[in-house]
Amino acid sequence: MSLITAENIEVRNGGTRALFGVSLALEAREIVTVVGPNGSGKSTLMRALIGAVPLQAGRITRRPGLRIGYVPQTLHIDRALPMTVRRFLNLPNRVGRAAARAALARTGVEALEQRQLAGLSGGQLQRVLLARAILNAPHLLVLDEPTQGLDQPASASFYRLIEALRDEMGCAVLMVSHELHVVMSATDRVICLNGHICCEGTPDVVTAAPAYRELFGTGTGGALALYRHEHDHAHDHPHGHADAPCHDHGDHGA
Amino acid sequence: MSLLDDFMVRAVLAAVGTALACGALGCFVVWRRMAYFGDATAHAAILGVALALAFSVWVPLGVLIVALAMGVLVGTYASDTITPDSLLGVLSHSALALGLVTVSLLPQARVNLDAYLFGDILVVRPLDLAVIWIGAAVVLGLLAWRWQALLAEVLSGDLAYASGLNPKRDRLMLTLLIAAVVAVSIKVVGALLITAMLVIPAAAARLIARGPEAMAALATLIGIAAAIGGLFAARTLGTPAGPSIICGAAALFLVMSMVARLRG
Repeated sequence: MSLITAENIEVRNGGTRALFGVSLALEAREIVTVVGPNGSGKSTLMRALIGAVPLQAGRITRRPGLRIGYVPQTLHIDRALPMTVRRFLNLPNRVGRAAARAALARTGVEALEQRQLAGLSGGQLQRVLLARAILNAPHLLVLDEPTQGLDQPASASFYRLIEALRDEMGCAVLMVSHELHVVMSATDRVICLNGHICCEGTPDVVTAAPAYRELFGTGTGGALALYRHEHDHAHDHPHGHADAPCHDHGDHGA
Repeated sequence: MSLLDDFMVRAVLAAVGTALACGALGCFVVWRRMAYFGDATAHAAILGVALALAFSVWVPLGVLIVALAMGVLVGTYASDTITPDSLLGVLSHSALALGLVTVSLLPQARVNLDAYLFGDILVVRPLDLAVIWIGAAVVLGLLAWRWQALLAEVLSGDLAYASGLNPKRDRLMLTLLIAAVVAVSIKVVGALLITAMLVIPAAAARLIARGPEAMAALATLIGIAAAIGGLFAARTLGTPAGPSIICGAAALFLVMSMVARLRG
């Protein structure tokens, strides 16, 4: 049985349709990257899968007992709330000191254990969130734009960490990327989303060719890959291709 | 034991019970920025008093019902054209004004609303004490039971959902607890100053606390100290008890700011 299955789900944000006719299934150990332009419903899809937004139609089935480790896109920490990194790892389930330290060490932020959450930088907070997400040995890691704000070597190193975690824990990974064409090279499947699923496929692993190496910079160690969008449906209305390979075709699939 | 001391013992018990109910809950009011919501609920309590007197219902019950109704209304009302802030403004002051108008229309010779607006802790009866302490026990018990889930919800509703929690239900519980605390503490500090009892000790504790549990414990201690200190100051100086307690809390807030500054 798949870890989690979405069948024809539709989600509305206020009056507008954020997602419609989206179906997908995630298998154990699979790494799936969701790409799409701004406002294409990527975060909404993640939030629907963790159960945080109500569905207008369709349904989501989780394997019984499924543990999800969720890393949100951002976490606004109100300064009114005093909370150390160590205390944060105890939410909502208390964990032992050794387990907490091990998780922080695994994501490279063991030095932050006694720091206040509100004082962390974006990159530090990201790794603390990841440490919390892996604490309960999740079957599925859900990451919403984890590399936003990171430069290319930092993204590559974050991706290598995710891949290593997948190998160690045997979990599946579902990740949103803010990059349309550059994804984690260990990705098994890329899903291009724009309200509905436009296309799916596997990324091309970046080869050692000099042109590629120049494009991706040095020191990324092959952690990044290109995704070629191949849309199987044509649209009879003209639209600009400059920014988004997935076009706004909200009239389809209703 | 003299009559005065007997009053004083009951007053101290009432004030300490209120401080217990307000300490930890006040932290959530501060963390979730619900101070204005607390005000709206407290103002609705005046309407509750008026309606209870009009229909000869036990006053704490009337207060509880109207405060709960206000909490649920604010928590569930949604509109594209009115922000929660203005909604609270509309409901809060409408409820207060409606309560004051209703009281003036009551046939009873003269209802002294001052006791409900500013508190009247020196006429606390044993039944009031029971209401306060049972209320405090319920509030603390529920907070302790849902503590981890509530903290997760404060940080991020999505994190709570992903952990299999139901943050919507926990948010509703907070709303209801605030209504309960308003009903419980209206006799002690009065409707106009209840929010102060929630917010000031918690804000003072935040200045030096490094964790949520420490902040809740410290807020409770500050509330208790303010309650006892304020009461004795009121007796010595002949000042009203409720406002004196809040002045005590404000003084402790100043002390905490200085401690925080000294510690750097």
